[in-house]
Amino acid sequence: MSHEEEVGYMTSVSRPVKGCAGNTGEWRVFRPVKDDEKCNNCLLCWVYCPEACISKEGIEIDFQYCKGCGICAVECPTEAIVMVKEEKQ
Amino acid sequence: MRLLETGNHLVALAANAVGVEVVPAYPITPQTQIIEMVADLIAEGKMDAEYIPVESEHSACAALVSASLTGARAFSATSSHGLAYMHEMLHYAAGIRVPVVMANVNRALGPGWNIWCDHQDSVSQRDTGWLQVYVASHQEAVDTVIQAYRVTEDHSVLLPLMLNLDAFVLSHTYMEAEVPTKEEVLRYLPPYAPLWKLDPRKPVTHGSVIYPVDFSETRESMQLGQDNARSVVPQAAEEFREVFGRWHGAMVESYRTDDAEFLIVAMGSLASESRVSVDALRKEGKAVGLLRVRFFRPFPFEEVRELCAGREGLLVIDRDYSYGMEGALFTEVKAALYGHETVPVRNLIVGLGGRDVTYELIIENVERAWAGELGDITWGDSHITRAHEITREVLCEFEELLSEGES
Repeated sequence: MSHEEEVGYMTSVSRPVKGCAGNTGEWRVFRPVKDDEKCNNCLLCWVYCPEACISKEGIEIDFQYCKGCGICAVECPTEAIVMVKEEKQ
Repeated sequence: MRLLETGNHLVALAANAVGVEVVPAYPITPQTQIIEMVADLIAEGKMDAEYIPVESEHSACAALVSASLTGARAFSATSSHGLAYMHEMLHYAAGIRVPVVMANVNRALGPGWNIWCDHQDSVSQRDTGWLQVYVASHQEAVDTVIQAYRVTEDHSVLLPLMLNLDAFVLSHTYMEAEVPTKEEVLRYLPPYAPLWKLDPRKPVTHGSVIYPVDFSETRESMQLGQDNARSVVPQAAEEFREVFGRWHGAMVESYRTDDAEFLIVAMGSLASESRVSVDALRKEGKAVGLLRVRFFRPFPFEEVRELCAGREGLLVIDRDYSYGMEGALFTEVKAALYGHETVPVRNLIVGLGGRDVTYELIIENVERAWAGELGDITWGDSHITRAHEITREVLCEFEELLSEGES
């Protein structure tokens, strides 16, 4: 096979693999904290999370990838999510 | 269907004839009547396509890329500053390898603000990876929209194609042209068969992050696509002739070159004008021919070498300028010849910002170039007018103002 044949048709394509952008949770400055008593399970946080870090079942936040953008806290209609500053380690 | 129409409207009708399915565009200045007519056709139910009016040309090109990735045949149009504003996304379209076609009405870039014809807009996008074709007549504009999809959708090419037509000379003037029906086009151009498309069953990100260890190969692949276009373009032109009986050249078009001792090299409507110059010079017994560069990307190296070999001289006409260097076509023609053919080549810079170029002016410069009277680069129609004096006047006034302030 010639080098040209080997290169052929090649573009920058990636599969949506979990964590393909690294441990983005390390970027977080504010952490979303959920109050289970206020949560009415409407799932708006799950809908709005741009990183798909909130699980549909149980509304668990994946802190390995959550960047702490705070969109879930803004969207939550019952104010069940508040943003708390991360402690420096 | 034979019509008397503007170049703009003819391009829109051709886009309809090829069955374009999505047209994202920014519909405001410097946009042309191409998009106006597309919008009309869609609104009147005469064109079965989705029209996406966006907020900028940058977004228009982004939507063009995305539309194509869904597996639809996509088309857009722009001009001058609109094309310049697309610059970043032009790289994306080529890098993601979407076979889209975009008409660009060639206009000067400001300042000074100027909406007239020259090639600075598209020549400035030379290195984005797009295929570039320059048409020289209304009929060629129609036929090249059709050929363009044959070329860009070929699986060995898959690069976006920019169809350039000269502002006003071709875009806004009325001329008779034949526009094939959808059924007729189908005999030449099959429906778009994408290699892959966006599909939730196989989710992927196109144009994602790519590290140094993997980057270069994607760029080499784009060049391979360009190289493959060199053989697809002539094939598409030949098959077009078989189906429709019309011929506008392939990578290049030659005119009265067989026994020519001297050649004019030009693109777009200046090549049409040069044809008149060739005929006039021939009447005087001067063996001049014309080499019209139709595809500027990929550049027709082989064709240029073959057609220029053994001539006494060449005059390359540029309606653009690569500042700090010379006319862009001049550079490319010399690069094609270097190390292969030794032919004296001179550069004529004319027609910038829509200045009228007459066949007489071309004749005069051909004769001077052939006689060895021209330097490497000649600004062929540059002369100071009353308007230019304003710079001098304001400079003098400002000097007075500054000296008054000091005293």
